Amino acid sequence: MSSTPLLANGRVLRYSFRERLVHWLAGFSYVYLLLTGLAFWSPWLFWIAVVLGGPTVSRELHPWVGLIFVFATFLMYGMWGGQMHETEPDKEFWRALGHYVRNEDELVPSAGRFNAGQKLLFWGFFWCGILLLLSGLVLWFTHLIPWGLRYVRYTAVLVHATCALLTIGLFIIHVYMGTAMERGAIGSVIRGDVSVGWAKRYHRVWYEHLLRDAAARK
Amino acid sequence: MSQATLEIRAISGHAGSVPGAGVRREFEVCKLIDTTTCIGCKACEVACLEWNGLSFSETTFNNSYQTMPETQWNYWNLIKFNEHEREDGTLQLLMRKDQCMHCEEPGCLIACPADGAIVQYVNGIVDFQQEHCIGCGYCVTGCPFNIPKFSPTARKVFKCTLCVDRVTQGLEPACIKACPTGCLHFGTKPEMKALAENRATQLRENSGFENAGVYDPPGVRGTHVIYVLHDASNPELYGGLPKDPHVPWTVSFWKGPLKWIGNIAMIGGLLGVFAHYLRFGPKVESADDETPRPGGAASRPATREPGNRP
Repeated sequence: MSSTPLLANGRVLRYSFRERLVHWLAGFSYVYLLLTGLAFWSPWLFWIAVVLGGPTVSRELHPWVGLIFVFATFLMYGMWGGQMHETEPDKEFWRALGHYVRNEDELVPSAGRFNAGQKLLFWGFFWCGILLLLSGLVLWFTHLIPWGLRYVRYTAVLVHATCALLTIGLFIIHVYMGTAMERGAIGSVIRGDVSVGWAKRYHRVWYEHLLRDAAARK
Repeated sequence: MSQATLEIRAISGHAGSVPGAGVRREFEVCKLIDTTTCIGCKACEVACLEWNGLSFSETTFNNSYQTMPETQWNYWNLIKFNEHEREDGTLQLLMRKDQCMHCEEPGCLIACPADGAIVQYVNGIVDFQQEHCIGCGYCVTGCPFNIPKFSPTARKVFKCTLCVDRVTQGLEPACIKACPTGCLHFGTKPEMKALAENRATQLRENSGFENAGVYDPPGVRGTHVIYVLHDASNPELYGGLPKDPHVPWTVSFWKGPLKWIGNIAMIGGLLGVFAHYLRFGPKVESADDETPRPGGAASRPATREPGNRP
C-alpha cells in the first residue's frame, strides 16, 4: 500500500510538523532580532524600536529573544546537521551556480533533500548564531566585565555587528528564494508538502530516494 | 559664564542635524586638577555625593587610602592613590582625582545608539540623559577611561556631569568648591591650559620635576578635564591614567566604515534580489518535471544522501 511516498492529497511531504515548528520559531525570533538590532544599528532606523514598544523594551527583550533563536538553531542542528554535509553534487552545484541563477535548471545537477545553497544557509546561520550568542552574552553583561578584560568588549561589538550583517545577507536571499523565486517553497514550510513536480525539479535525488524507500517497504 | 552653556553640539544616536549648532558664540569650560598640590583629603568625593544627592556607598579597604577600586554608578568622583617607589628608593604618594574627562571626541557618545541619551554641549560638557538611556552599555565599551557605570537597579548608565546644573548657573562644579588646597581650578579651556602649563613650567624649573607636564590627551582631541602631573611621561602611575587614550578602534570601525559597508551591502542585497526577479523571474514548478539533468538521478544512483526523509 505504501509503495508511493505521496500523501493522501497527492503531494509529497517535505517538512514534518516538528521541522516546520522549529523553522518558524527561528524565523519569528530572527525577525524580531533583526528589527530591534537594526534599530540599534543606525539612528535612521531607531524608530523601529519605538514602534516595537520603545527602545528600552527592545533592549531588554533582544537578548532573551536571542536565546530563543539560538535554541531554535541548535534544534535545527539536531534535526538537520547530519543532512548538511557537502557532497560531490554540491560542488557541481556551485560550478553551475550561474545556470541556477538564470533559472536554467536543466543544467543544474540534481539535489538531495537539501541543495548546496541550503547547506550554506544552514551552516552560515549555525556558526554566526554561535558567534552572535558569545558576543551577545558579552554585550548583555558588559558591566560585569572588568576593565582588565575590556578587549573582550571591544571584540564583541565588532563580532556581533559583523555576524549579524552576514546573517542578513543570507536572510535576504533565503526569504527571496523561499517566497518570490522558488514557487511552492513557502508552502513546504507552512503546510509541509510540495507537488511531485516541485520535488522532481529541485530535489530529484531526494524524491527518487523516497520512491525507492517506499518500494522497499512494500 | 552661564550664558548658553546648554547649547548642544552633539547628540548620540541621532538622525539629522543638531538643532541650533554653531549659532552662538560660546566658550569651552575646563576643570584643571593639579595632582602636585592634592593632599588626598577626599573633600571632592564628599562634595560630589552631597551636591548630586548620591547615597554613600560601601567602601573597601585594600591597605591604601583609596575609598574603592574604581568609580561606581553612584560614586562619580574617586581619588586614586598610588604609593610609588622612585628610582632613588624614595616613596612618592601619587593622588589623582578620577572622574569623567569630558572628551572632545567622546567614545561614549560615538558608541551610544539611543537618540539623545548622551549629549555634548558646546561648552565641552558630555552629559548623560538617563530618561533617554536604554541601558545597553555601549558607552561603557566606547569610553577609554572606564568611567560610565551601569546601575543594576536603574538599568541605566551614570557618570560625572561636571555639575552641568551648577555650571549653567555660573557656579563651579561641587568638587572645585570643596577643594581646600586649591589644587582644583575651573574656567575656560584656554585659561586652564595656560595655568596648567605655567604650573608645569614651575615644577620643571624650580621643583626638580623634569618630566612635569600637562595631561590633555590629543588621542581624544583633548579633554575638558586636564591634569598637571609630576611625571607626564608616565601617566599610568596615577591610578592607570592611559598614556595615549583613543576611542577603541573596534568601536570607531563599527560606527564608521562598517556601518557604511553594512548599509551598502544590505541595500545592495535588496536591490539585487529585486533586479534578479525583474530579469529572471521565478522558478515555476511544473506539474510533472521530467527534465533530464546532467549527472542526474537517472545516471547517478542516489547513494550519497541516505535517509533524508522528513
